Amino acid sequence: MKLLGRTFVLAMFSLTAMTAFAATAVSPAANSVHVGNGWVRWLPANLPAAGYAIIRNQGDKPVRLIGADSADYAMAMLHRSMHNNGKDTMEMVDALGIPAHGVVQLAPGGYHLMLMDARHPIKPGDTVHVSLHFDNGETLQAAWPVRPANASGSSD
Amino acid sequence: MMPSTLRRFLLPALGALLLAACSHAPPSWQLNDVRGHLPDLQFHLTSDIGKPMTAADFRGQHVIMYFGYTHCPDVCPLTLVHLHQVMQKLGAEAKDVRILFVSVDPARDTPQVLHQYVTAFDPRIVGLTGTPQEITAMAKRYRAAFNEDAKQPNGGYEVSHSSGIYIFDPQGRARLLGTSADTPDEIAHDMKLLIGQDQ
Repeated sequence: MKLLGRTFVLAMFSLTAMTAFAATAVSPAANSVHVGNGWVRWLPANLPAAGYAIIRNQGDKPVRLIGADSADYAMAMLHRSMHNNGKDTMEMVDALGIPAHGVVQLAPGGYHLMLMDARHPIKPGDTVHVSLHFDNGETLQAAWPVRPANASGSSD
Repeated sequence: MMPSTLRRFLLPALGALLLAACSHAPPSWQLNDVRGHLPDLQFHLTSDIGKPMTAADFRGQHVIMYFGYTHCPDVCPLTLVHLHQVMQKLGAEAKDVRILFVSVDPARDTPQVLHQYVTAFDPRIVGLTGTPQEITAMAKRYRAAFNEDAKQPNGGYEVSHSSGIYIFDPQGRARLLGTSADTPDEIAHDMKLLIGQDQ
């Protein structure tokens, strides 16, 4: 039990250290990656929700979205929905590439950020905060509006 | 004189004749016509208000049926939003149309959760759940395969499921089959045709 406790504390310490490292790794120069039109589709009963946005890479090199987290949800994961042989499936995605001077959409029916285990009650009209991590060291902080379950986009 | 007479009287008359002929031609469905190829609407399940429900409860109504689950944050909501938009496009004609959302995840989809989920999209959506055996039988009847994917570290899991959108007439006969990739316009187009035919 004691050992477990120590491992947990150590893990927490290294997580904090990593977070601190990630924060300092953010380049003070202008970001090459930009995120816009973000929104979250609200679902009741603390069910997993999906986040959508448009990601623009204005840099000369391709970048990859390699992770995400949120102050408002315990877990944020990149997923992709697909139609395969008459079936709707969803799979976890490790990274999403954005070509140089390219645009990638997280949009309903395709790539999306799956947001799980809200840390506090969330309802339509709220704003949630999401951090997107890219393989060039950039981290983007975004504030996304929470829209009703039957919304069809960032604004209807 | 003759050509202009032709243009003014004969052509419209010809057009009207053609139109009349067309109205007896098979309708131009956007979805697949499955009349006689899929079984009638038939089930014994539990509704999202916890009541036993059967297909007989929907006689006299057009039914749009889709299989899904509530822990599905992307494609199921997208499909339910599309069906909500179909109902809006139908306007007054949606009066006798109901949407059935059949859970393929009965272990997590209690009537309570289902009720909150479906009503968040449209009040005319009825959520249906049941025992795993009942759900399996229902999916088999409509060849709507589903399977649970591998468990994630946090205990969560996804369910791959049929993308079929099944449309039944007021007599419970299967008439049209679409998929979650069809647009609200395509589905509404066919629903209008079907409602017009069945009146």
